[in-house]
Amino acid sequence: MRVLYFAWLRQKVGTAEEEVSPPAEVRDVAGLIAWLAVRSPSHAAAFADPRQVRAAVNQDFATPDHPVAANDEIAFFPPVTGG
Amino acid sequence: MARILVQEAAFDMAAETAAATAGRVDVGGVASFVGICRADDGLSALVLEHYPGMTERAIARIAAEAESRWPLTACTVIHRHGRILPGEPIVLVLTASSHRAAALEACAFLIDWLKTKAPFWKREEFASGTHRWVEAKAEDDTAAARWTGAA
Repeated sequence: MRVLYFAWLRQKVGTAEEEVSPPAEVRDVAGLIAWLAVRSPSHAAAFADPRQVRAAVNQDFATPDHPVAANDEIAFFPPVTGG
Repeated sequence: MARILVQEAAFDMAAETAAATAGRVDVGGVASFVGICRADDGLSALVLEHYPGMTERAIARIAAEAESRWPLTACTVIHRHGRILPGEPIVLVLTASSHRAAALEACAFLIDWLKTKAPFWKREEFASGTHRWVEAKAEDDTAAARWTGAA
């Protein structure tokens, strides 16, 4: 599973991208956040306020209950501010 | 089919306007919006980050939604990324239609949805050397929600 980070989440985690292999019980976006958040203090800082975190699965916006699978590209980022 | 570009370079608004009407005699009006970088609070530059791949996909989806709601003869969205200085353009939305209402409404719709549904993030750099990420605004969500419908 490929995990991407953007904006301040990228800065807090300290990387733009990582390959992870979460256990089978990680089934959705919310589960993945909970699992990632305890990987390191940097991850914990990035995910400290889940209300400020948005996600995409395979380049489509995804809600916390969206399923995640081994070959997915999952991205985490703050609410968007383009335009 | 919309013309969508995500690029670092500036864009040529006159050329884009000309291209939107070239070779056609059924266009009654062209509407456009250009977002420009302001120098609020001593801002020295905006740095726009985006999600390559998803950005183009998200904009294409928003443009397709506009084309399904209004009878457009042209629809162009050019969004810049990278470092942008005060006074420089950030985004161009340009719509053309046989009648003005469709062009004007579609243009407003496109910029409202771009602000809330396209994966860009702005970081502000200040002359003092500090920087901060721009926070999403509730009023942008309100503006996007007035065009209620599926994303």
